[in-house]
Amino acid sequence: MEAPETHSFSIRFVLLGILLQLTSPATAQSIDLSDWQSLERQARGETVYFNAWGGEPRTNNYLAWVSELMLERYDITLQHVKISDTAEAVSKVVAQRQAGNDDNGSIDLLWINGENFAALKENDLLYGPWAESLPNFKLVNADRFPEMLEDFTVPTQGFESPWTRAQLVFYYDSQWLAEPPQDIRQILEWSIANPGEFTYPRPPAFLGSTLLKQALIELSDRDPALYAPVSSAEFERLAQVLWEYLDALHPSLLRSGRYFPASAIDLRRLMGDGEISLAFAFNPNEALLSVRSGELPPSVRSYVLRNGTISNVSFLAIPYNASQKAGAMVTANFLLSIEAQARASDPDHMGSTPAISISDLDSNARRSFETITRDLAAPSAEDLDRKLQEPHPSWTPALERAWIQRYSAR
Amino acid sequence: MLRWASHSLLILLAVPILLGTLIAILPAFGYFPTLGGTEFSLDAWRELVQVPGIKRSIQISLLSGVLTPLIALALVFLYLASASGSKLDNWMRRLVSPLLSFPHAAAAFGLAFLIAPSGLLSRLISPGLSGWERPPDLLIVNDTWGLTLLFGLVVKEVPFLLLMSLAALPQLQPSKHVELARSLGYRPTIGWLKVIAPNLYPLIRLPVAAVIVFASATVDVALILGPTLPPTLSVRVLAWFNDADLNFRFLAAAGAILQLGTSLLAITIWLCLEKLCAVLWRFWVATGDRGTGERLVFFSGRGAMPIVLLVITGSLVALLVNAFAGPWRYPSVLPASWTFLHWTNNFQNLLTPLLNTLLISVGSTLSALVLVLATLESERQSGKLRATAMWLLYLPLLVPQIVFLFGFIVLTESMRWQGTMSLVIFGHFLFVLPYVFLSLSEAYRQLDPRWSQVASTLGSSPFKSFWRIRIPLLLAPCLTAIAIGMAISISLFLPTQLLGAGRITTITSEAVALSSGASRNLIAVWAVVQLSLPMLGFLAALTVPRLLWRNRTGMREIR
Amino acid sequence: MSESKLELDKVSIALNGKQLLTVDSSVGPGEVLTIMGPSGSGKSSLLAYIAGFLAPVFEASGGVFVNGDDITPLPAERRRVGLLFQDPLLFPHLSIAGNLRFAIDDRSADKASLIRQGLDEVGLGGFEERDPGTLSGGQESRIALLRLLLSSPNAVLLDEPFSKLDSQLRAEMRTLVFSKLRASGLPSILVTHDQADADSAGGEIITLEQ
Repeated sequence: MEAPETHSFSIRFVLLGILLQLTSPATAQSIDLSDWQSLERQARGETVYFNAWGGEPRTNNYLAWVSELMLERYDITLQHVKISDTAEAVSKVVAQRQAGNDDNGSIDLLWINGENFAALKENDLLYGPWAESLPNFKLVNADRFPEMLEDFTVPTQGFESPWTRAQLVFYYDSQWLAEPPQDIRQILEWSIANPGEFTYPRPPAFLGSTLLKQALIELSDRDPALYAPVSSAEFERLAQVLWEYLDALHPSLLRSGRYFPASAIDLRRLMGDGEISLAFAFNPNEALLSVRSGELPPSVRSYVLRNGTISNVSFLAIPYNASQKAGAMVTANFLLSIEAQARASDPDHMGSTPAISISDLDSNARRSFETITRDLAAPSAEDLDRKLQEPHPSWTPALERAWIQRYSAR
Repeated sequence: MLRWASHSLLILLAVPILLGTLIAILPAFGYFPTLGGTEFSLDAWRELVQVPGIKRSIQISLLSGVLTPLIALALVFLYLASASGSKLDNWMRRLVSPLLSFPHAAAAFGLAFLIAPSGLLSRLISPGLSGWERPPDLLIVNDTWGLTLLFGLVVKEVPFLLLMSLAALPQLQPSKHVELARSLGYRPTIGWLKVIAPNLYPLIRLPVAAVIVFASATVDVALILGPTLPPTLSVRVLAWFNDADLNFRFLAAAGAILQLGTSLLAITIWLCLEKLCAVLWRFWVATGDRGTGERLVFFSGRGAMPIVLLVITGSLVALLVNAFAGPWRYPSVLPASWTFLHWTNNFQNLLTPLLNTLLISVGSTLSALVLVLATLESERQSGKLRATAMWLLYLPLLVPQIVFLFGFIVLTESMRWQGTMSLVIFGHFLFVLPYVFLSLSEAYRQLDPRWSQVASTLGSSPFKSFWRIRIPLLLAPCLTAIAIGMAISISLFLPTQLLGAGRITTITSEAVALSSGASRNLIAVWAVVQLSLPMLGFLAALTVPRLLWRNRTGMREIR
Repeated sequence: MSESKLELDKVSIALNGKQLLTVDSSVGPGEVLTIMGPSGSGKSSLLAYIAGFLAPVFEASGGVFVNGDDITPLPAERRRVGLLFQDPLLFPHLSIAGNLRFAIDDRSADKASLIRQGLDEVGLGGFEERDPGTLSGGQESRIALLRLLLSSPNAVLLDEPFSKLDSQLRAEMRTLVFSKLRASGLPSILVTHDQADADSAGGEIITLEQ
């Protein structure tokens, strides 16, 4: 729907635009969050560079669908810049700041959470607050789900908008493994008894780092220090148990721990080839999706460790120097819409867990989320209730650095 | 009027590369004003020494830098000694260009899919021969000492050195000399090794140096086949360069300089090996032995090349099977079903990188071609043959890519000239230019000068002669040069990755980026696209002249 | 029909400081000057010097006058000196007509009829669209001669043009070439090993020594 414009208004608008460009490009795009319709108008014709991890084809295909709709409905050209590590995007923003590029940044929208969000926010490299002003933000029902306002214990304060949920889920091939280990300690025992059947992506691949955090939480019995900024004393104290654990585990891993898969997908491939019989993923529906696509054998089953597993929320943020902020917000708002969230949760597409609160929807809308039929390969709803909170983001890089130091050259 | 051509050719090659290398040195010693480094310091080097496994990284880079050319050259020489003039040789001569166009990354993926524990070879012998119901727990791809990397590099560099040797051989008149040696009682293979080899080697020294540098500093092949704990030096430098923490740039710069040193050290070791070989050679020649080891040379030379061919073919098959495979459980040799899904699902994703690839390869190759033709024509008109310093042409191949690209990025970033198509095309141009020049210069210089002389005695201006006589006569070599240039551009990873700032993606940059995060099927689709592009180029280079000159019998003999 | 004269005024060629030859001579309209000598005596270099593409490694001096004008400062394509090589050197990518058209001045009005007429004169009427690669040796030589004549030169150089023909064809071509040159009134210089060539040319003979 387009509001009628008077001729003189549009000329004045153009003149204003030119004037602003001449005087100070930094304020060329003044954003008025209170008037969503004019913001959508403003976003027309923009090219939004969306930097998002490109390692999962299902996500890439989903974003390709989003791009089509964005162009069709909002006249926004959405470019998915596939990055292999969100840290790359963070370094780009930092580099642009250092080069004095405060207004014409190359990233407009960024898929982010955890330490990368913390790093950008701490250094005032994010635009905002904007997220809670999105028309679709109410759909997440942050009153009931406070995790939507907190990213690895760091308050989001409107600097990022929720996109999807994720939870660490284990899966195993029931053809080779009848009773999978139920906690981190059991994994060690089982692995020693069955060498070469398990491995994990090498940190800093996020799934590998997540396993380290999962192990640390379990081995330390959820030490409260994990939920505060890391200090070297606390790190020494808590990590010691983790290193002992890993030192014992590694010799019994695939390739005797002399090789670690590079990513979540590499890990899945090893499972598909029958090289290992136990693996894990950050998308609860991963096993189900991969069985459907034929990547994993139908004998694969999913479960959650008995003490619970790490869960988190993926967010979208806008760098402070993004050149197309309006377009970025319109995109973020669309990604949070019922339509986009339903498509994202559809196992025929992305198969992720929605960020919006399904139970708050009317029955009509709810129906579009009921595509996930019960499936042997999917974890049960009760399983997924056992959630662990992510440690403070500062723990992630500390763990990754220490892991690399200890294990990357043995 | 064409005077500028050869100068600008050398300036365009030398300045970015030398400047890039120089600029990379500054941050290695602490000078990097945009990151607040304004004082000379050795901190980055202190840090570099502390990096876990740095010694191993250097060792692996050195190892592949020295062993790759050694093994590849030995295979090529044994092959030439034993197969010159045979049917196999005729066959190889035709295959060598298409083989060369097999992009490094695609070849590496294919090899991995062939020899991995769950790969095609393992499936072929399982469970029947091996008894394996599940893949064996063997560390083959990404092995600790980089042996698979070495294997992949050898397989890839053999066609390159073979092509270079075949190009240099005619001026040595090998058959005449070998006949002479035979008349003195030498077995042909021994005669070849004693008479031709020592004269051929100096002619291919620069290509060998390029192989040393490439093998010691490759990023894409090492990412796919190389060790991971720790990776090769070049892979680590790229990781530091891309690190979120920009202070890693100092470390990356020091690492890049260390890479330069490592490649230079590999060349130094090679020079020592040269000396040693020369001594052994003289000793061997002095024995006057005419036949000992003849069978060994004969069988290893004739046997090794088909093995290399077989490995490359096997890699190709492995890629094709994976690109169309439905569910494919181990140890089935073939997938349970075939599917186009990997293609249809990715069509959308392939489109932009494909267009970029074409734009970049056409842009860089055509600009290189124009400059090379202008240089060669000015050289011809001024009558000063080979005025251009050959080693300068090899410069982009002799300085490790990551070193000068690093400095070049620092430079362009400060000029905010980054992530643009023009910059990526320029980066590709640097690597395409030497190949276009090398592939075209011989044909251009060897074209009978009387064609132009006849034209000018008929009153034709040099301009008219160039367009109406030389270009049509040289159409086939020009098209081949274009195909080679485009093949080189298509296969480039690092220049796209660094100069495009991740914003400009090509088939190759996407394929390599997928190496750690995609299913084999998807990787195979990208690799198949990647390798079919240069194949199509060569096919066009071969068929277009044939179609165009189908009624011109004289064009078949033109050289 | 042009009536021109070719004069070599103390033309001297040296290589690496070593004198190869010195020629001082004059060739009238329709006359042929024959230069004989062993290979390496510099006879081909002399032709290259006159035609304007002597390699810069040679040091050459002396004037070459066509109708009284020194042509040595001119680039090869503006000297209007035709050259017949040992090989016919028909451009293999062009048809016969294409080869002939290449030689004709762009300003000439009716190229097609010039070509038709020329082909008839050398007994190859109707050969316009033929592929040069399908011609016999004698046919190729005749086209090469015709191509040279169609470029309307003021003088002609012959670099052993008959040496690659068999003996019967050689005699035939000699007659054809010399009669055509004489008829056109062109001064020519012939370089050859073959005494029979010189005899057939019938003009002054200069013998060079090694």
